[in-house]
Amino acid sequence: MQLDSKVPSGPLQDKWDNHRFAMKLVNPSNKRKYNILVVGSGLAGASAAASLAELGYKVTCFAFQDSPRRAHSIAAQGGINASKNYPNDGDSVWRLFYDTVKGGDFRSREANVYRLAQVSANIIDQAVAQGVPFAREYGGLLSNRSFGGAQVSRTFYAQGATGQQLLLGAYSALNRQIGAGAVKMVNRCELQDIVLVDGQARGIVTRDLITGKLESWSGDAVVLATGGYANVFFLSTNAMGCNVTAAYKAHKRGAGFANPSFTQIHPTCIPVSGDYQSKLTLMSESLRNDGRVWVPKKAGDARKVADIPESERDYFLERKYPSFGNLVPRDVASRNAKMVCDEGRGVGESGLAVYLDFRDAIQRLGKDAVAARYGNLFHMYHKITAEDPFETPMRIYPAPHYAMGGLWVDYNLMSTIPGLHVIGEANFSDHGANRLGASALMQGLADGYFVLPYTIGNYLATASLPKVETTHASFQAAEREVADRFSKLLGVNGKQTVDSFHRRLGRIMWDNCGLGRTAEGLQSALEQIPKLREEFWADVRVPGTEAGLNQPLERAARVADFLEFAEMVCWDALEREESCGCHLREEHRTPEGEALRNDKDYSHVSVWEYKGVGEKPVHHKEPLAFENVKLSTRSYK
Amino acid sequence: MNLTLHVWRQKDASSPGRMVTYEARDVNPDMSFLEMLDVVNEGFESEGKEPIAFDHDCREGVCGMCSLVINGIPHGPDSGTTACQLHMRKFRDGDSIWIEPWRAHAFPVLRDLVVDRAAFDRIQQAGGYVSVGTGGTPDANQTPIPKRAADMAFDFAACIGCGACVAACPNASAMLFVGAKVSQFAQLPQGQPERSRRALAMVRQHDAEGFGFCSNHRECEAVCPKNISVEAIAILNRDYLKGALLSEE
Repeated sequence: MQLDSKVPSGPLQDKWDNHRFAMKLVNPSNKRKYNILVVGSGLAGASAAASLAELGYKVTCFAFQDSPRRAHSIAAQGGINASKNYPNDGDSVWRLFYDTVKGGDFRSREANVYRLAQVSANIIDQAVAQGVPFAREYGGLLSNRSFGGAQVSRTFYAQGATGQQLLLGAYSALNRQIGAGAVKMVNRCELQDIVLVDGQARGIVTRDLITGKLESWSGDAVVLATGGYANVFFLSTNAMGCNVTAAYKAHKRGAGFANPSFTQIHPTCIPVSGDYQSKLTLMSESLRNDGRVWVPKKAGDARKVADIPESERDYFLERKYPSFGNLVPRDVASRNAKMVCDEGRGVGESGLAVYLDFRDAIQRLGKDAVAARYGNLFHMYHKITAEDPFETPMRIYPAPHYAMGGLWVDYNLMSTIPGLHVIGEANFSDHGANRLGASALMQGLADGYFVLPYTIGNYLATASLPKVETTHASFQAAEREVADRFSKLLGVNGKQTVDSFHRRLGRIMWDNCGLGRTAEGLQSALEQIPKLREEFWADVRVPGTEAGLNQPLERAARVADFLEFAEMVCWDALEREESCGCHLREEHRTPEGEALRNDKDYSHVSVWEYKGVGEKPVHHKEPLAFENVKLSTRSYK
Repeated sequence: MNLTLHVWRQKDASSPGRMVTYEARDVNPDMSFLEMLDVVNEGFESEGKEPIAFDHDCREGVCGMCSLVINGIPHGPDSGTTACQLHMRKFRDGDSIWIEPWRAHAFPVLRDLVVDRAAFDRIQQAGGYVSVGTGGTPDANQTPIPKRAADMAFDFAACIGCGACVAACPNASAMLFVGAKVSQFAQLPQGQPERSRRALAMVRQHDAEGFGFCSNHRECEAVCPKNISVEAIAILNRDYLKGALLSEE
């Protein structure tokens, strides 16, 4: 597997400009001859599909929900970063770049991150022009807030629904192109395989979720914008349908998978309450701007909140990290919550929660001001837990949330398969080992609006792309494989439900590859997962038939892929003998319990090559060169 | 809690459907409504029976996928809440619960509780956008927008496109849905150039899809999980009339 990052030469600030000039253009009158298949319609997919159609390409876009507006980008709450420096507090492209590289614990590619910081400002201009109703000040200008570990206010937001508003903006741009006939939108349709012809990605096989019909689609390039895989943990903040299938099928067809074990555990989620639970609900980390995190000083303290005097409360983030306090990055906040719970100081029935307390903010600002900032979040919390955060502190606990890992891509966002481009959360490129708050929306839209539309043109203009029809033998073979897999799933006719397997897989992953990881735990997971997979294929029960809407069958196919993919996540975590960002190997910690990086041996992207089900994938490395940033120990003290 | 469920079962769009009764045992009051259905469905699956099909995804009340009429009310008895955010503590032990799909000519049932809402997308495609391409847009702070206007635009933009407004309306009108998008853009300077055109095009598509006309029942506002005000329909009517009378197009 060749890993050429194709990072342009020259000074960091000039790389993207130089590269844009060096790239070949497709003649405007030829663009309509190219057909691009965009899989996924979230921020990255919708913005890419719309932008490519505006340029004149023929675009077909696929979503598994009933409308592109349902993609899980819609649920992002807190905001989107941009280096506008509107508040005049010292922000710049360089600072956003530096914060992102540092926040990612020096495991991301400098050139990609710098480009992200460069185009970030354009995204805000674009969204405002589309009519996205960001929060504003009385003077009519845009409002900014500080978010998730940043010391400048660079986050733009629309109450607690920034993802919704940005997605509806991209959706409106996409709708305009669908209405104009430039994009063909295919809803309720799920990717089942990627088709390669002469080594190039030339199409996909899909399943229509209403009729069950398999269908082949050919094109000149394929774009995966299929999101993240946090549902490998079963319980996560992701939507129920989020899955790894598209990325994993691409991996099986030869695409390298980068840093799969880099999975972000978000610190502020509503804790687990029972076995029936289907997902974990995120509470925006903007709450940490005014909420104070604490647990009782004494282990096993079961007193009510009101009975615990101030002197017996441990505001552990403020105590350990005086300069950042409650605003430390997500990985640090999550790890510390786990540590205090491991010490027996967790709160609530399960002991797996910490308090997030607004008492002081309400006293300082008044109830109305707090309601104006967080009203919708308090409302949601109240609905779910039947407790009012105005009266009693929230209980929160970390939950799997975001995948920094993903398919490996070069500077042009192309995977190791020529023609297969990967954008948004589905790729690995920008966040290193830990993503900063409000940077996911930024990256999804940067890729879709301002990076891919340029780089894909260069691919189309330089690649040799003879016409390929879906009657080609590669399509027929892929369709047959997919059909066989569905027949096999239905044919097992065992005793256990799909969800029972998913739940067990999630438990294995959370216990052994979650917040704290050890070689012993990971080896145990690597023994348990293949056994669970065997049991799945011997004893799963999927009712119904291939034809027609069959929701258990959809889930079975996704869980079958998670059962293979999970092993790679554990191999990756086991191989990385250091702690960095979200990846905490218990064996590698400083005496104070902080993450201990090993830059000498692990300053690289781990890229895995598929070798067969149950076979250990082959490990490749893309070395990371830091020419502009000095590697340092992240300190938020 | 033990409950009796009466659920609409329908094989596909061309088959007739009917209410079927099931017992749900040992329901935990902290479950969400959809988690209660998950447990019932998992029971069916382990017996090899086909589970109750229903749409859902984010389970945070924002994707707009879930779409159940519960005891005659779209999204159920709790106001300002989607079905996925409704919790079983709102019900009592021994209750009977009737669960049906959205019912409207323009939302055909695909299976059980799953309906086809593609008509909503087609209305948005007809004009629910500002005609601006990627790139070349002015600096975001070039045009100040009064905070009140931006806040109002947000309140209308909060629509999740679930279709509860249609399911609640005796005329199966989607005027609240159309009005929310038209009213969002009506507050903003970016929305002005196409204001009339947008209202006319979206209403034209709304009518072509077979949604009914608004006759001021205000059922839509009562069930809207995002509490969108019927003021949206007033703004839509005004923009539509103005467009129809004065537009040069």
